[in-house]
Amino acid sequence: MKLYCLSGHPTLPCNVLKFKSTTIMLDCGLDTTSVLNFLPLPLVHSPRLSKLPGWVSKDGTINLEKRELLDLSTIDVILISNYHCMMALPYITEHTGFTGTVYATEPTLQIGRLLMEELVNFMERVPKAQSATSWKNKEIRRMLPGPLKDAVDVWMWKRCYSMQEVNSALSKVQLVGYSQKVELFGAVQVSPLSSGYSLGSSNWIIQSHHEKVSYVSGSSLLTTHPQPMDQSSLKNSDVLILTGLTQMPTANPDGMLGEFCSNLAMTIRAGGNVLVPCYSSGVIYDLLECLYQFIESANLGTTPFYFISPIANSSLEFSQIFAELCHNKQTKVYLPEPPFPHAELIQTNKLKHYPSIHGDFSSEFRQPCVVFTGHPSLRFGDVVHFMELWGKSSLNTIIFTEPDFSYLDALAPYQPLAMKCVYCPIDTRLNFHQVSKLLKEVQPLHVVCPEQYTQPPLTQSHRSDLMLELQPPPMPYRRCSVLNLPFRRRYERIYILPELANSLVPSEIKPGVSVATVSALLHSKDNKHTLQSVPKPPPMPPSKKRKRVIEEPPVALAPKPMLSGAVALEAFLATLQKHGITEVKVEETADGHILHLQAEDTLIQLEEDGTHIVCDSEPLRTTLRDLVLRFLQKL
Amino acid sequence: MPEIKVTPLGAGQDVGRSCILVSIGGKNIMLDCGMHMGYNDDRRFPDFSYITQNGRLTDFLDCVIISHFHLDHCGALPYMSEMVGYDGPIYMTHPTKAICPILLEDFRKITVDKKGETNFFTSQMIKDCMKKVIPLNLHQTVQVDDELEIKAYYAGHVLGAAMVHIKVGSESVVYTGDYNMTPDRHLGAAWIDKCRPDILISESTYATTIRDSKRCRERDFLKKVHESIERGGKVLIPVFALGRAQELCILLETFWERMNLKAPIYFSTGLTEKANHYYKLFITWTNQKIRKTFVQRNMFEFKHIKAFDRSYADNPGPMVVFATPGMLHAGQSLQIFKKWAGNEKNMVIMPGYCVQGTIGHKILNGQRKLEMEGRATLDVKLQVEYMSFSAHADAKGIMQLIRMAEPRNMLLVHGEAVKMEFLKGKIEQEFSIDCYMPANGETTTVTTNPSVPVDISLNLLKREMALGGPLPDPKKPRTMHGTLIMKENSLKLVSSEQALKELGLNEHQLRFTCHVQLQDPHSDADTLHRIYTHLKSVLKGYTIQHLPDGTVIVESIVIKVSSSAEDSNTKVLLLSWSYQVKTWTLFLERFVIIYSFKCSEQQQDRELIDIQWGGKKIH
Repeated sequence: MKLYCLSGHPTLPCNVLKFKSTTIMLDCGLDTTSVLNFLPLPLVHSPRLSKLPGWVSKDGTINLEKRELLDLSTIDVILISNYHCMMALPYITEHTGFTGTVYATEPTLQIGRLLMEELVNFMERVPKAQSATSWKNKEIRRMLPGPLKDAVDVWMWKRCYSMQEVNSALSKVQLVGYSQKVELFGAVQVSPLSSGYSLGSSNWIIQSHHEKVSYVSGSSLLTTHPQPMDQSSLKNSDVLILTGLTQMPTANPDGMLGEFCSNLAMTIRAGGNVLVPCYSSGVIYDLLECLYQFIESANLGTTPFYFISPIANSSLEFSQIFAELCHNKQTKVYLPEPPFPHAELIQTNKLKHYPSIHGDFSSEFRQPCVVFTGHPSLRFGDVVHFMELWGKSSLNTIIFTEPDFSYLDALAPYQPLAMKCVYCPIDTRLNFHQVSKLLKEVQPLHVVCPEQYTQPPLTQSHRSDLMLELQPPPMPYRRCSVLNLPFRRRYERIYILPELANSLVPSEIKPGVSVATVSALLHSKDNKHTLQSVPKPPPMPPSKKRKRVIEEPPVALAPKPMLSGAVALEAFLATLQKHGITEVKVEETADGHILHLQAEDTLIQLEEDGTHIVCDSEPLRTTLRDLVLRFLQKL
Repeated sequence: MPEIKVTPLGAGQDVGRSCILVSIGGKNIMLDCGMHMGYNDDRRFPDFSYITQNGRLTDFLDCVIISHFHLDHCGALPYMSEMVGYDGPIYMTHPTKAICPILLEDFRKITVDKKGETNFFTSQMIKDCMKKVIPLNLHQTVQVDDELEIKAYYAGHVLGAAMVHIKVGSESVVYTGDYNMTPDRHLGAAWIDKCRPDILISESTYATTIRDSKRCRERDFLKKVHESIERGGKVLIPVFALGRAQELCILLETFWERMNLKAPIYFSTGLTEKANHYYKLFITWTNQKIRKTFVQRNMFEFKHIKAFDRSYADNPGPMVVFATPGMLHAGQSLQIFKKWAGNEKNMVIMPGYCVQGTIGHKILNGQRKLEMEGRATLDVKLQVEYMSFSAHADAKGIMQLIRMAEPRNMLLVHGEAVKMEFLKGKIEQEFSIDCYMPANGETTTVTTNPSVPVDISLNLLKREMALGGPLPDPKKPRTMHGTLIMKENSLKLVSSEQALKELGLNEHQLRFTCHVQLQDPHSDADTLHRIYTHLKSVLKGYTIQHLPDGTVIVESIVIKVSSSAEDSNTKVLLLSWSYQVKTWTLFLERFVIIYSFKCSEQQQDRELIDIQWGGKKIH
């Protein structure tokens, strides 16, 4: 059993597990931090950006976390844990010869599809006049300035996929529900468990009858919108693969939410605008829910809230139909009422959503206002326009809530910036304290995690509480490592058909322990094994050649059982006597006795762990054998 | 032999009051807990005294599962849980959990407030009952306890309708509830995987019908409505609040839009409007098309269909009214029916099944004079039309489901005895499986023959599999031998050697030795070598070793040669083997040795060989 680690990014994992002849990919996250190396893609031509010396804006290119560690076409299934961890799917399933199945929950698929659509839309609506390719060449790259020169594995950066590739990739997804048991080739069973992080997010259990691997990715114990995390099902794992812990171990999500609200209110009161660069699904639902309660108390009832994204409407609508997977919102649909309060915000016109800044938005736009829009990297999407528009005024504020990108790097191309910047990253995923409590609870035999979790963060090297300390220590992995997972399979499940089961004759060896010898036909089909009674051999056709009878022994004949126990001398002599063998000379040796049956010219050597019969007469030998066997246990 | 017992308390050779008890692997499960629309007395509810004469049911049931929200499947639930007494888990899907209490409350109001019955469950009891409900998601495997697991499948009959797969160990039962195998305008088709249950308990409402295509029925329906409207008549469509109503609304809505019709369509108050809301929120339970387009246009936001008010019934001019309940046995639909029954221009379209005893059933059977309460009679002059829009599987659909699930036995409920009999014959003929149709209170017992799960040592399994060649060939079975160790509750199958080790027993070697004399002039070593080369040529596929210490080993048979003390031409062959050597091998050995010597040494005396073999003649 092996684990191939294709991504070193702890929150955007991509691992491949080889387990019992199946090859299972666990997530395929897309690390988009490489876009920070590019200039923003403006929606409106920006004289400032195009005048930057020596550079032309480039298209967003994306770093794909994979390497030729293994042939992607051999992957049988891909298990997706949440919609952020599936963004690289088209790169894996398209043009690689992949023929397997992808498993995901329905919200993960639907929202994942929206996010991919959004990404493609962001890229395609600003077609570039020219695109440079030769810069990836090593020689030229060396002469490039700044961080780009040092960027690693640039040759692996790929262009964004197309909508066609997205559709084709997503057509390979098969939907599963929480706690649904999915059989893979009869060999293993996989099952998604609620992980509490986002709508439809799941951890996975991969198990056979005797082995269990848990894959924990992006889990949360906070009571936000998703269904709570299912912890008890993770118990008794042989191996627990732990990824997707919080990226902000020092930031308390509740505190950040408070800070978010107060900064927002402050800016609006001062007459400024608030820009929130965020993903179009996920934390935004919680932000809106929080604002729903906050608006009235903070007297923001008249401030317009805008949500601008090509998928804004879909995202808000979709969130309402997965009430079954929502925590503490189920009761609402029984009334029936929409589970999320943003439906009411929309109804009362407090929240408006638009596909882009063009069209209706430009005519209905009022300031001061709050704008939620993507992409959080500030490199593409409608947010670029708002940065250009509002960056120069110190009245305005940008509030970062997504933890995926360094906000300083994100802001770099917009400098100098007069706008206020507030950084309140909200990451609801497990922190180190919660995870060690969880692990204590579920007690896996071994833990596998990214190496980043085994040491404190570089910037806070004294914080030994910001790392995993376990006994036995976790097995760290880094990008491109291949781990041999430390457990041996020793048993497999097999089914004994009733007919055979009835024919078995158990004998008690010790109190409470019985044994029975089994000779049966083994059927193996689809990785399932059954034992069936051996059919009676058909009567031999009268054969003309005797030789053939010997050459074709009946297959069904069982081998002789193993023997155990010892033959007691006195009892054995008595038995011999009963069978008419009286002239026995007993001779004592170091290990036992030698019985000389004088009339029959036969020797029997009796020892603690063996009996040796030296006899030339076939019938006598058979008799003696049967007598000896009476004293022994057969296995 | 393990058995599964099935006893219908209701719905046995009958429609209505669905309530089926299943005993499987020591677990007792109640499937559905419905009421009968045709009765107003005790027969309305299932006879729970069958389970226990006195007291509560909690100790006798492991769980209750409700398939969908129709009252003939859940109407007796508060009575059972609160009045008879049951505190265990009740499972139903989310939409059922949402809608069921509303219908129950509605039903309670009609019975208690309008008819003035006492000794009926109260609103509070409905609430208390719903607190015991655990929601189910589709395909989620729910572990009721350590042994009992249930899994819900999509049934398509109404919003949230589910089939359940109940499994204890390797025994299983599937209960379909009501289901529909053809997708309609708002729901998808039922689906189940090849789960091969021991018993498939299926409804059989339309056991003998094979319905014509949906499209024809829809066209028929629209034609009838249209004709009636054209001649200025009023059309009453009695429906249940949820289900058919939505499908017909979508149908009429699109038709009105296309034909640009102006006649008003009304929906009886309250409930149905709310019902549309449920459809919007549970959109994941509807069909593909609606789910795909709901962001752009929600199919359940109707433009032409407005809420009904009682006073509208007397308005002049044509109109279409959807009113509850669907069998004309009470409530608004009955009131409107009474008002409109006298006019032959009007029409009532019954889009679903009506149980015996209801007015719906009577008028469908052609009764034109109805006795109403208080000895009044009602002349029925309006047109009565029946359109089978009930989303039940027809005979074809039932057969289709059997092919999907591949059950070992079939059990029919929720249908009329005569029709069941017909379907039973067909099923037994086509699938050659047993088909049962117990009446209420009658127990069907099916013996199952479960395989015994055992843990086999991987070493043993791999060894045995390797014998079959490098690639496993399912068609070529292989024999395997091992020892089954039964300890406490575990069953382990291991090789004999491992069994000895695990049980801490020492092995007892049993060996045999015998002497055979041969005439051979060669030296001892040469004779042995000749034997060795000969065996090698004859016994292909056996391990034959010639060891330097002067022995030849065939598998585990040791052969040694020494010269006789008296005559150096007489060689004594020492054969030694252990008890475990297969007898036939040994025989073969003897045969081959002697045979070979006879052939190669022409001068050898044949008689001698016969004698040497312990008096036993080999050939």
